[in-house]
Amino acid sequence: MMGLFMEEIELNARIALGSYVFTRENMIAYSRKFDPVGFHVDEAAGRASPYGAMTAAGLHTACGWMSRFVESNRQARAARTAAGLALPDIGPSPGFKNMQWLKPVFAGDEICYFTTAKHKRALASRTGWAMVSGYNEGVNQTGALVFSFESAVLTAMKG
Amino acid sequence: MLDFSHLTVGQVFELAPFKVTRDELLAFATEFDPQPFHLDEDAAKSSVLGGLATSGWHTSSILMRMICDALFLKIDAIGSSGIDEMKWLKPVYADEVLSGVLTVTGLRLSNSKPNTGIATFEAALNNDDGEAKAFMRSMVFVSTQP
Repeated sequence: MMGLFMEEIELNARIALGSYVFTRENMIAYSRKFDPVGFHVDEAAGRASPYGAMTAAGLHTACGWMSRFVESNRQARAARTAAGLALPDIGPSPGFKNMQWLKPVFAGDEICYFTTAKHKRALASRTGWAMVSGYNEGVNQTGALVFSFESAVLTAMKG
Repeated sequence: MLDFSHLTVGQVFELAPFKVTRDELLAFATEFDPQPFHLDEDAAKSSVLGGLATSGWHTSSILMRMICDALFLKIDAIGSSGIDEMKWLKPVYADEVLSGVLTVTGLRLSNSKPNTGIATFEAALNNDDGEAKAFMRSMVFVSTQP
């Protein structure tokens, strides 16, 4: 996570990952493939829905988070390489919990994403690896929390 | 179009087979999860994934599409408040064919939204060898008006 070994990760530090702009085009492109219910793919159906306008698919909001997380991680790793520091291997994730779509995301919304490491523990079953769990947020241009979830990722240890 | 009254607890919906093509895998990873082990065959082979595999977010997106085709496009679905749990159990490799089942686990009326029911469900995703790939617990709002 962010190019860091488990021992280097500071708990409860909220890290800004950057933002993702939802557009009519990228919303329809994602939802046609993965969530083609009317109010995600059609503006008229969106207006007739309880949301009053076409909305981004919930998992599109999550994928926007991932794209910002990966880019932040890439930049952190590049900086680490430039500084001559060792790079931790990137581990897999067992999944996520408690994903909440708190408010609709509309075309034109810019969502700022954040991650905060909350817990870390060495794994007895896999020497050299730890499980790091985090709380993740998406905040829109008015400052409203629209999206949150709890992540987990296997993270390499120094020693 | 089905409405909330057509659902019963324990009801099972088959998730029809969905092939994960290499092109779709690479397109998704390029857009949303461009890590070397999702983009490059050699990097994938030497990674913990052991071969070119989907992003977990792609697997989740595919599962949502399969759920849409099996249920959400056949009922008056009006959104969801989230996903309680998503487990990525095994890597999903290029050209694997996924299928699964969705089971309705609970039904109740919304306290805050008029004419709206809440259906909770579990969805299990496997490949055609029966290997479990992913598992999801979630919910959907459904109109109670026929």
